[in-house]
Amino acid sequence: MRLIKLVPDNTNIRFLRWRVPFYVVSMILIAASWGLVMTKGLNYGVDFAGGQEIRTTFVGHPEAPVADVRRLISGLGFEDPVIQRFGDPNSVSIRVRLPDEATDNPGAAAAISDRITGALQKNYPDVRIDGNDTVSGKVSGEFRQTALYALLAAMLAISIYIWVRFEWQFGVGALFALFHDVSLTMGMFALFQLEFSLQIIAAILAIIGYSLNDTIVIYDRIREDLKKYRRMPLPELLDMSVNETLARTVMTSMTLLVALIPLLFFGPESLFGLTAAIVLGIFVGTYSSVYMAAPILIWLGVSSDSFVPTESAVERQERKAREGVGRA
Amino acid sequence: MLEFPTWKKLWYWGLTLVIAAAALPSLFSVGGVSWPNALPDPEISLGLDLAGGSHILLEADKNQVAQQRLENMEESVRGRLRLTQPRIAIGDISSSGGRLSFMLKDPSQVDAARDEILALTSGAGLTGQRDWDIKVEDGSRFVLTPTREGLEQAVSDAMDSAIEVVRKRIDSLGTREPTIIRQGQQRIVVQVPGLGDPEALKSLIGQTAKLEFKLVDETAAPNDIQQGITPPGDELVPWADPNAPGSGGVSVLAVKRLGGIKGDQLTNAKQGFDPQNNAPVVSITFDQAGGTRFAKLTSENVNKRFAIILDGKVLSAPNINEPILGGSAQISGNFTVESATQLAIALRSGALPVDLTVVEERTVGPDLGADSIRKGMIAMGIGSLLVVLLMIATYGRFGIYATVALIFNVLMILGIMAVMGTTLTLPGIAGFVLTIGAAVDANVLIYERMREERKKGRRVIAAVENGYKEASRAIYDANVTNAIAGALLFAFGSGPVRGFAVVLIIGLFTSVFTGVTLTRMWVAGWLRSARPTELHV
Repeated sequence: MRLIKLVPDNTNIRFLRWRVPFYVVSMILIAASWGLVMTKGLNYGVDFAGGQEIRTTFVGHPEAPVADVRRLISGLGFEDPVIQRFGDPNSVSIRVRLPDEATDNPGAAAAISDRITGALQKNYPDVRIDGNDTVSGKVSGEFRQTALYALLAAMLAISIYIWVRFEWQFGVGALFALFHDVSLTMGMFALFQLEFSLQIIAAILAIIGYSLNDTIVIYDRIREDLKKYRRMPLPELLDMSVNETLARTVMTSMTLLVALIPLLFFGPESLFGLTAAIVLGIFVGTYSSVYMAAPILIWLGVSSDSFVPTESAVERQERKAREGVGRA
Repeated sequence: MLEFPTWKKLWYWGLTLVIAAAALPSLFSVGGVSWPNALPDPEISLGLDLAGGSHILLEADKNQVAQQRLENMEESVRGRLRLTQPRIAIGDISSSGGRLSFMLKDPSQVDAARDEILALTSGAGLTGQRDWDIKVEDGSRFVLTPTREGLEQAVSDAMDSAIEVVRKRIDSLGTREPTIIRQGQQRIVVQVPGLGDPEALKSLIGQTAKLEFKLVDETAAPNDIQQGITPPGDELVPWADPNAPGSGGVSVLAVKRLGGIKGDQLTNAKQGFDPQNNAPVVSITFDQAGGTRFAKLTSENVNKRFAIILDGKVLSAPNINEPILGGSAQISGNFTVESATQLAIALRSGALPVDLTVVEERTVGPDLGADSIRKGMIAMGIGSLLVVLLMIATYGRFGIYATVALIFNVLMILGIMAVMGTTLTLPGIAGFVLTIGAAVDANVLIYERMREERKKGRRVIAAVENGYKEASRAIYDANVTNAIAGALLFAFGSGPVRGFAVVLIIGLFTSVFTGVTLTRMWVAGWLRSARPTELHV
């Protein structure tokens, strides 16, 4: 049996030749992402904005009466309800945000939810409530805060780990690559106004883990090559390391994609956002490991001496003691 | 690295099979096959988002506890000082601004009064503090301020009894396995799986059910009431239904602030019908002490009206035609059969010591949950198949090793989840798919390295050995960093999202074991028996 090869042997692609233009483009993308997040804002789901989301099926209808439902909900005095098809043609999700003045009232979200369910059940006897998420302003505020903490803590803790295991330049590089991934993912969510929920935070943390996985594999090879080829200029060496790990990079991205893409098309509707974010993150994370995490080592001054064993604290003390004796 | 003595092989195989076997009861259950009763059956519990059910987060109002405590203290102080010999007369009582203050009519009684009041306070916290701070200003004004420790203690006590009340009420619905736990200082999480009517649950546990009987102040001028002026010694209570008979078209009713009785001394409450007009009512039966007090109240106030107040709203204000001595009473007030039944349950389980507000609710119907599981399984099946095909097409024999490892990996994750009693949630399914895609990464790293080593001209065995050795560093580091991300997600995440973290973290451990250790054992066995001269990777 002949085995397939996704990447031919002995590739020698000079990835880093274009590092400056790629960096410039990436910087622009990061800035644009944050610009989008600031101006357009993230489309917070009920987790982060408060309010309620009801998933409902009109059992007796072949198709959900979306326009009528919208009129009904608007008639209750809730502005801009988001009504989307959800799975089957006769199922919809109805999302109503908490009005700004109600964020301090802990019972407001539950009251809104009660009114909407009541009105639906009264007007459509065949309606079946499949699910209901109601989050008050206080709880959504807490979610926003803990989500932010989780992301910051993850990026920081991982960078520190890399710093300890490699060198500080690698820690900074990993942190920068992660910042790039998180920024671009958030930018995409702002650009397409996809619903940003707690699940997306889980996705971003998974992306952080995956992207780092990639970065580590390349860094590990760079470290190995730095020790082996002490005379090679750094850009050339980085290119070599990236090429050596290219087959693995492509293969792992492929296995992840073939596992996740069916989930996107055949999986439960509620997982679409989470899966889409991770799939997006796989592309962004793979790119950042090659173009963000590796070249930054050149600018941060990694050299072939970085992994030469330096004297330890004990050795330094011994040396000092020796010198002290010598002077005396 | 490729030496595997028999004991080691037995140990690895034993560990693998035992953990994988723990997944069987869960798989049987999904397949609809019954698991033999004689065997232990650790099963993975499904989260509410898969099994269907309600998750409700309730928050207590701390200020209300504080206010309630002030009012109780006021009542105690009045009662105690009235009974003191010689009587200590007080005036100008106020319980606003978070403190209770009053004047002694006779300043010479300061010491006696202080002793009496001190007896009403008790220790709070571990540092020997009292729960109230007593100060005397200007020689005759007492100011009682609740201490922080005292208030915390009161909130904590209120929460404990609130949990008991909520539990009793949920049990009365006959639902199975509700989870009711305290969260933080002033929150209660209620999780009820597989629930038919979440709205009923919500209104049942959201109802404070504080029942009071207070005398109507017939002397209050209707004009004052309409303008919202409270006559001295009274309070204005709104009607639950402004059009109720007896309201006289006014939306509030003036009742005497003190001297009423509380409806918390009940032995029974049940829904019934009013014999006269067949309207649904709630019949209550007082306990001994409550019955006596109720008899006294009604005997002393024949031909006056008393207001039946539920959660701060007047239900009705019937006339006391004759003393009610039997210890039972009927509450009418525009009920439906359902709302009367609910009130009866709420009264039977006792009033909540503090109002609880629903601050978060997540309900999933059983159909949606089952649909999610089915779709998740299909997607996971297709995804796994594609991963397996890709691995075998790329790495041949080694791809098969990776595939078998992957199967054991999935079984072991399920087994560990079952034994540890963790919950599989909807995002957990996504975690599974992600783990399947990422678990083979270890194999990819190793096999690619083997290929490289072989290209460099190493002999077969050396190439395999180096492949495992050189790749394991990156595998180790990558898994630690992933574990950091997973642990933080677990620590900060809530509910379903935690389920994602759980699968991810367990999957890291099992995939290193199956992807690295087990495949190494199998590859070593093959090298030994087949003695290959070439590696097809």
